[in-house]
Amino acid sequence: MEEKEPVKSKPRPIIRLGLFLMSHSLLVSVVCCTAGILALLLLPVLAKNTYISENALMPGSASPMLSSDDVSEASRFVGKILSLNSSSASLGIEIPRLIKQHITALGGEVNYHEFRSQLNTFRPLQFFASPDPGIIQENSSCMSYGLNTVGIIRAPHGDGKEAIVIVTPYNSGKVTAGEALSLGIGYSVFSLLTRVTWLAKDIIWLASDSQYGEYAGVAAWLREYHTPFFGGLGKLHSEICCEPSGFSEFETDAILETGISDTFRHAGTMAAALVIKVADSSSEFEKDALSIYAEASNGQMPNLDLVNIVNYLAVHGHNLRVKVEKIQSFLHSWWLWGLGGLFESLGKLARSLNPQWSFGISIAEYVEGSATLASSLYNQALGVPTGPHGAFRDYQVDAITMEFSRQLSPGYRNRQTEFLMRGGRLVEGVVRSVNNLLEKFHQSFFLYLLTSPNRFVSVGVYMIAFALLVAPLPMVAASLFSDASKLGSMNEQSTSGPFSKPALKFRSWKWLHAARTVLIVQFWGAFMTLLPYFYCHIPNSSPMTRLLIWIVLLIISLLLLWLNLGSIFSHGNNTQSQRTQWAYLKSVTIAAAFTGLCLMSVINFATAEIGALLLVPMCLMTVPMKLKGWTLRTSMQVACNLVLTFLGFPPVAFVVLKGALKGFDSISIGEFWTWMEALWEWNSATYVYICMVHLPCWVLCILTLLHPC
Amino acid sequence: MTGVRSIFLFVLLFFAYETSLARAEVGENEGFSEALLLRPLPDRKVLAHFHFQSAVPPTNSYGRHHHLFPKSIYQLVQKFHLREMELSFTQGRWNYERWGGYDPISSSNAKPPGVELWAVFDVPQHQVDASWKNLTHALSGLFCASINFLEHSTAYSTPEWSFRSSGGYLKYGTLPREAVCTENLTPWLKLLPCRDKAGLSTLMDRPSIYRGYYHSQRLHLTSNEFDSNGLISGIVLDQTLTIVLQPNIKGTGAIFSSGSTLQPSWSLSSLFGRKVGERCVLSKSSNVYVQLEQNLVSQLIKLGNDTGNGDKGSHHEVDISQNFVGDRGFELSIPPDRQIREVDRFDTGSLSILHQFSVENYSDLKPFDLEFRWKLPLVWSCQQAPLSVSRYLMGSGNERGSIAISLMSTRMSECMQNADSSASECWLRVDIFQVVPWYVKVYYHTLKVFIDERFQTVANAVERMHVLPSEDKVSPGVMELTLKLPCGVRSAALTVEFDKGFLHIDEYPPDANQGFDIPSAVVVFGDFETSIQFADDDYLHNIPLLSKLQDKSRVVSYTEVLLVPLTTPDFSMPYNVITITCTVFALYFGSLLNALRRRVGEEGRLLKTKATKETGKLSSLLARLSAKLRGKPWEPSEQSSSSASFFNRKLILKVLLVAGLAVAWQYYSG
Repeated sequence: MEEKEPVKSKPRPIIRLGLFLMSHSLLVSVVCCTAGILALLLLPVLAKNTYISENALMPGSASPMLSSDDVSEASRFVGKILSLNSSSASLGIEIPRLIKQHITALGGEVNYHEFRSQLNTFRPLQFFASPDPGIIQENSSCMSYGLNTVGIIRAPHGDGKEAIVIVTPYNSGKVTAGEALSLGIGYSVFSLLTRVTWLAKDIIWLASDSQYGEYAGVAAWLREYHTPFFGGLGKLHSEICCEPSGFSEFETDAILETGISDTFRHAGTMAAALVIKVADSSSEFEKDALSIYAEASNGQMPNLDLVNIVNYLAVHGHNLRVKVEKIQSFLHSWWLWGLGGLFESLGKLARSLNPQWSFGISIAEYVEGSATLASSLYNQALGVPTGPHGAFRDYQVDAITMEFSRQLSPGYRNRQTEFLMRGGRLVEGVVRSVNNLLEKFHQSFFLYLLTSPNRFVSVGVYMIAFALLVAPLPMVAASLFSDASKLGSMNEQSTSGPFSKPALKFRSWKWLHAARTVLIVQFWGAFMTLLPYFYCHIPNSSPMTRLLIWIVLLIISLLLLWLNLGSIFSHGNNTQSQRTQWAYLKSVTIAAAFTGLCLMSVINFATAEIGALLLVPMCLMTVPMKLKGWTLRTSMQVACNLVLTFLGFPPVAFVVLKGALKGFDSISIGEFWTWMEALWEWNSATYVYICMVHLPCWVLCILTLLHPC
Repeated sequence: MTGVRSIFLFVLLFFAYETSLARAEVGENEGFSEALLLRPLPDRKVLAHFHFQSAVPPTNSYGRHHHLFPKSIYQLVQKFHLREMELSFTQGRWNYERWGGYDPISSSNAKPPGVELWAVFDVPQHQVDASWKNLTHALSGLFCASINFLEHSTAYSTPEWSFRSSGGYLKYGTLPREAVCTENLTPWLKLLPCRDKAGLSTLMDRPSIYRGYYHSQRLHLTSNEFDSNGLISGIVLDQTLTIVLQPNIKGTGAIFSSGSTLQPSWSLSSLFGRKVGERCVLSKSSNVYVQLEQNLVSQLIKLGNDTGNGDKGSHHEVDISQNFVGDRGFELSIPPDRQIREVDRFDTGSLSILHQFSVENYSDLKPFDLEFRWKLPLVWSCQQAPLSVSRYLMGSGNERGSIAISLMSTRMSECMQNADSSASECWLRVDIFQVVPWYVKVYYHTLKVFIDERFQTVANAVERMHVLPSEDKVSPGVMELTLKLPCGVRSAALTVEFDKGFLHIDEYPPDANQGFDIPSAVVVFGDFETSIQFADDDYLHNIPLLSKLQDKSRVVSYTEVLLVPLTTPDFSMPYNVITITCTVFALYFGSLLNALRRRVGEEGRLLKTKATKETGKLSSLLARLSAKLRGKPWEPSEQSSSSASFFNRKLILKVLLVAGLAVAWQYYSG
């Protein structure tokens, strides 16, 4: 006893801090989780106003040049398209021909690009790989091809190293008025840009055929642009395919035909791309409105400056109402209004203390901001692009979709030219701004969430919430581990005396057993990831049946695991060792969840954020049900556990969320399956996350719950 | 005595006069001539090609003093022993598809964007590099351009045979990013004896010539001063300015029955905003030519046949083509002094025609202003190079990619094939010369050739190949190869893969985020030679522009410049980068040092000694003092822990007090 006291050295402060946190892990985790959720709710308050970071852009510094002549010409063009729509049968050829004639008359270069509809197939882990060079479909028929029309203006003084792309998708099967108008906007801008002298970058106008989806046409063109296939098999007009009727004859009637019109034309590295769409439904506001869609695959966003210039020009230059997508049901949720009120009063209080502290925002602003933020977060987490612009991001090109919607009013005819003028001038302004850019977009943010068209939350702010949510995980894991090992060592000591070195050694490796369990479950998760690949080819099965198959397979495989490796789960016989065992299992589970979440946050931050919201409480709360006697506290705990675990099952989580947002009456379970299919068709990393991180953790939590102790 | 002296003087003068006369008779004199060639282009634009030639006889027969020839150029030639040199400043791109790629003007005046410089030296091999470096600096000063960046060995290369054969004495370099403006034109004009004060160069109104779609200012120099053998012709300096302008469209004319619109009419004053006043009196000849291309002429003849009476029709073709100037397709405001017609050597059918106008009879009071008015809409196309070339990048991302050069057949080569069809095997040889900067690491073994969309082994398709891999920070990669294509080829493609390298931080140019340029590849169609042969030779050979047109020249195409995005460090945040790097280093080295110099036993002892003298110096002093005062022997105090905690409480109180004060001050003052 005597020698022990002075030798008891104080550990280093950092270790002391760690030990302190570990010993108070319950309190710390509760505080951290609450703080994390609070930080997430505070994000709309913390959002900053956007600003144009790159000085070279200079949006709105030049007065628009688009004249009424261009617009009336474009209006006539729209009329022609609509009349073709009503009269002609072979719209798929007539519209490209019309566009080609007009482009040629303007002096632009033009070519067609044919593509086949490409079935989205399940390609596991595609998101790590670069886009495939010319994947060829063997068995698609000759007639199912789309026809993009590409017009190029060569900048008169430029060196042709860079290009700006304007995309106007239209459905060649049936052109709606909106699509015709978007083509009209494209045409008016194109006709102006053929005459201007300030162009430094080439302009590509892609009138993409969207009969196989807006994304498919653009993606096919981009693939051909970036990874052309020279082998010949990729060509559509091989000998096997018959020439579509009337296709060859209109090669000859163009005015400035020089014999090489059918070659695919290139124009330098793309600097930016704008997708122009016109909604068929009218805007609900008294003004024309513009919606901006920016999310590309796997939560990638275009540079914030691109969003900024569009927003700046639309609001300041052209009196448009700009909006970004928001979750509508959030606008009416009582708790958001309550929170907003709380934050507003807090802000007022702060301002009364010091007038310089002005972080409060009004209730309506807060609710709107959080609805937009939630939508932004969800769209990024989903990893599915919100429009054809997503195809560009795969090639590191900044792109956004601008969807105009008209104000519905009498005097439609007059309004059309005004609308074309407004849209055309906006696109012209954006093109001019991007044209000013000497370097590529790099100045502003790439990782951000929008809370309104002119407010954003940058990565430095929104990662706080995630960090707070994830922080307790390693601590809890460590404290569980140390507690369990202490308990175990006490056990060993009590049974086999104080000086049994081999027992001590053995005790330190005990967690390996739990780790093995976790590893096996992870492997099972990987297997579940690949499983749909094998049976998704079953024809004529509804999403519901597929989901049922999936769940049944899941349960069967779990049972098989249980039966074959049952010994793993029920190892040891005395209660004490089992008690330590579940602690080990939980600690390793939490460590695995932490690793998975951190990895995912690198790939797609928003997925990790939402995943952490679901996963962290579930992982932290799980305690074996048979742990203690049935007191009020333990029964509460058990109930909590059951609810969280139930919600943690992906289909349930999906249905509950969807139901909470849109009402439960419109929900069917099969929707989850279609959602999952969408995820893997778009090669979203979220799918991999769900199957390889979330699902194993869920299974492990259930194992802990059911642990016999 | 005076008489004798005067006679002697007279004799001396007479002899001097005699010799100078003799020299003039031989033609051994300085000469300068100017010419302007205008050509309507199919896409409603007009090509204007200025040509100025100064020549000086060799030094050993003529001496070092010149009246006309620019001294700076003469000194360049003398100092660097240049045999041939070409420097071009270009803005915009030549549109091979619409403006033609086969005629002499396009094949020698279509240049890559930016600056291109090549020079052949007449010095021993080991001095060539030094001469090149000095030359770039001299030219940089002369032309107010950053040609001196070509000095570094990573910027220039030595083509062996594809660009032109020279046996290692030729150096070639380009600066694709060089901006071209009036500051480059003014020194170029200074080389002309009349500058832009008189003669055709007065047309060069800066705003109008820089507004054009293509602007290429070229300086070509040949000298055989240092040739020991062969012809001795001295130094010949050709200065050309080639521009493509869009005439102002005045009242978009009536739409004709065929649906096509009339080409815009133009005049010198509408194109340039100026007229030609006085000619440059120092010039031997100053002429303006209006060239009608072969295809345009054939269209005009067809038009003549259509509109003319049936009986007058086809068999009076020559007649029609002689008279059509003023009547059918178009109209010239001034009747041409002379009509020069191409001679059909190969019986290809259509022939181009030149209208010559001499500006010698015009003055400031009566300036020369030619107007070209279209009367009927015509559609024609220019003569194309056998294959149209385009080059582009494939792949995306910052890691790797590949360069593709694709060659597409034009109708031209089909004609050639028909002409050559008698031969059993007919091949089309295409020389490609490609320079790639070192930071784009090209893997030449990945070279793939596709002919008519079918993969070909390199051995099959490539006749000759010379590859010089790049060396990091020393030399660029050079690829020269001769493709052997069958005559009936429709398309051919060439791909090479590359990795993107990393640069040192101070090697990044300004605006590095734009990306890095890969200079244009030069594609030479070795089997084709282009020239326009005219009928009456003796007169035409005296006019430099026409003799240039008659010279056989190779058909050359330049491809686009490519932009490769490389990974760039974040230059905008050096402070952040420095801070974070320093923090990381401090943490790393701090913990490493800590771990290295710590000893466990030592630490325990340290703690023990610390515990013995826990209380600080001050408190121990106080204790001693109090002990002395009380008259007791001093002994170290035992209640160190309690005093420490007491201290801590005090400290905390103090801190709280200060913080409270600060908050209060902040609140009331702010």
